[in-house]
Amino acid sequence: MTTLSLTQMQAISERHPDVFAGSWRKTLTGWAVGLGLVAYLAFAWWFFAVGAVLAGGNWGIAGTYLADWVSYEVRPQIDFKDDRLDISYPRFSAYRADRHPQWLKFEPPSATASAASANKASASRVTVEIDGSDRIEVTPTGVVVTNGGETLDIAIVPAKSITVAGELPTWATQKKPGEKITVDFGFAGSAQIDADDVNVRHRFFGWENFFFDGHSPYWGKSTGEILALVFSGERIDPKMSNAALAWDNIVNNSEWQHGDVWIKMLQTIVMAFVGTLFASLLAFPLAFLAARNITQNRLVNQVAKRFFDFLRSVDMLIWALFFTRAFGPGPIAGISAIFFTDTGTFGKLYSEALENIDDKQREGMRSVGASPVSVQRYGVVPQVLPVLISQSLYFWESNTRSATIIGAVGAGGIGLKLWEAMRTNSDWENVAYMVLLILVVVFIFDNISTTLRQRLIGNKASH
Amino acid sequence: MTMPLSEAGLAVEQHWRELASRRRLYTAGGLFFLFIALSGSLWFANDSNAGKFFDRLPHFFDFVDQMIPRDVFDIWRAMFDLPSPYADGSLKFDYPEGRMYLFGSFYLPEYVYKMLETINIALVSTLIGFAFGFLLCFLAASNLVTQRWLRFFVRRFLEILRAFPEIVIAGFFLAVLSMGAIPAIIAVSLHTIGALGKMFFEVVENADMKADEGLRAVGGNWPERVWFGIVPQVMPNFLSYALLRLEINVRASTIIGAVGGGGIGEVLRLSISRNHEAKTIAIIILLFCTIVAVDQFSAWLRKRLVGEQAFAFGRGD
Repeated sequence: MTTLSLTQMQAISERHPDVFAGSWRKTLTGWAVGLGLVAYLAFAWWFFAVGAVLAGGNWGIAGTYLADWVSYEVRPQIDFKDDRLDISYPRFSAYRADRHPQWLKFEPPSATASAASANKASASRVTVEIDGSDRIEVTPTGVVVTNGGETLDIAIVPAKSITVAGELPTWATQKKPGEKITVDFGFAGSAQIDADDVNVRHRFFGWENFFFDGHSPYWGKSTGEILALVFSGERIDPKMSNAALAWDNIVNNSEWQHGDVWIKMLQTIVMAFVGTLFASLLAFPLAFLAARNITQNRLVNQVAKRFFDFLRSVDMLIWALFFTRAFGPGPIAGISAIFFTDTGTFGKLYSEALENIDDKQREGMRSVGASPVSVQRYGVVPQVLPVLISQSLYFWESNTRSATIIGAVGAGGIGLKLWEAMRTNSDWENVAYMVLLILVVVFIFDNISTTLRQRLIGNKASH
Repeated sequence: MTMPLSEAGLAVEQHWRELASRRRLYTAGGLFFLFIALSGSLWFANDSNAGKFFDRLPHFFDFVDQMIPRDVFDIWRAMFDLPSPYADGSLKFDYPEGRMYLFGSFYLPEYVYKMLETINIALVSTLIGFAFGFLLCFLAASNLVTQRWLRFFVRRFLEILRAFPEIVIAGFFLAVLSMGAIPAIIAVSLHTIGALGKMFFEVVENADMKADEGLRAVGGNWPERVWFGIVPQVMPNFLSYALLRLEINVRASTIIGAVGGGGIGEVLRLSISRNHEAKTIAIIILLFCTIVAVDQFSAWLRKRLVGEQAFAFGRGD
């Protein structure tokens, strides 16, 4: 291998300055494009007020929302009364006055204590075990919080005062003396301690009550117990078998609404399927009119092509809003929207495929005196059919995704349900569940459509 | 003319007949299955719709009727924010209210401004998607990266970005940042990174490796090989895919706008649901013209960049 010396290199570059210098125009264009992009992005930053919006965002709550995707909180509340403590749970919680989580332990109230209302359990001492030795111990006169080996002692006079003995540790905050104290256990949860009550938020990984909600007799049982009940137990509900009851409880789970979610998912699938199929069926004959080499009339070609352009360019969103008004919210609106948009798309693609066919087969058919219909049937269709079907299959899969989005504006399907779950800001675990369901369905359809397309036109179908 | 076939010929014919009849059976079976699936789907769709198809069909044109404004020029006035002779103080005819004064008495009509907002959302998202898709695609190409795990990781990452419903990302950021265009930009950008990244690495994998080999022979390192060997070849294709994506993103940002992401989608949804017929038609005309213009412009530019090359099925997601 010969190596060029420095002088040789310089000699070469002097002999061919045009090769090494590059053209001014190219350099200038590069700079102009770069500067233009920077200027445009700066404009966009100002136009959308990106800085202000990002700074004004509620980023603290974003972490909670994200955590809600894969975890849940149980929120017992402990009220201070003069001589006792009342334990209660939020209204839709699976825990009740007679059903407590294992990590919440309490001693019964003294015999002289006054009685609590029916939906609350009363106690003389409550211990909430958060994590290992971290715990909150509540008595009618005070709260003791242990976190990471440190202890915080808070004296309480119910409904009157709250006082801390000594310094506050780093994991506890109090805005002003005498106000509520917030203790933070990291992911495991937090608690707000006030002179009136203690609000505990204990967070766990996983999805709460995914199969059975708090109303179900199967709630809180282990898989083994449930299987034993389903296959050999006494009938819990005399009207139906245990297996039927279990299925009914799962489908009508009030927190996850499995039945409703599945129906909505099916609607989305149906919207994509029927919309794509009808669009293919209508676009197929119309494409013959639009193809220049098949219909010789230029006017007919142009009219058909502009019609396709119109259907395609009026966005799927407009069609969706339009048909939602016409047919009311539901899958018919979604089907119609997909049908209209994709008739345009398919018409364009099909007529392009028809214009690219090999003319020899048609000539052959014509030369033996076949009727015009037979010429198309045997001379054209066999050439293009695999390509057309493959394009429809590709769009079938892609429409399953689009159907989710137009659903959110009222065109039916899982989109609307997803949107409602997001708007309430408290059901992010349901959002995660539906997203997972959508991803699985899209994945399955993607594979079906790819497999079918590969069988139809060989390995060319890589997209 | 007909000659009796020999024994071998008869066997061939027999075989052909068997094949043909089996084929016909499969076709009939397939069509039958399709028919059953279709009828079931139609029944289900009709059953779970708020209005039933055949009940609603006679009233279909009532709605179209309601969409016709009092006079044709009202559409014009709605589009350019001119005062309407029917103005009665209601939201329906308050066209001049939405004027965006830029300087002096020169103003942008409300819907033109909103349309520009939507186009800018699409443009910014496409730029962001292009930048990150560009950076990631070389790491996913099997002819440039020998580490399997890296390729696998980048490809799965792009796949997740592409398959994750845009509307969920938009919804999440709408909850964090409140209503506005930024959630739409984030959602569309993330999807664009996934979609363009996939297109790009397929282009890179089909690139001619001779330039790369030459650079390797003179001792170029990895970034140099990519920058001088691959990028000049693939750039025209990258740009034309990005233009295709821009068309898709204009539509996508309109839809995201309709669910709270700002821009023309939002005003369209509001005016349809409030029965503001002149405004609705003005917006639809504006949107239609914009989409046609963007499509034509991008088709023209693409043709200049890569010639008559056709692209995968027009949508490319």
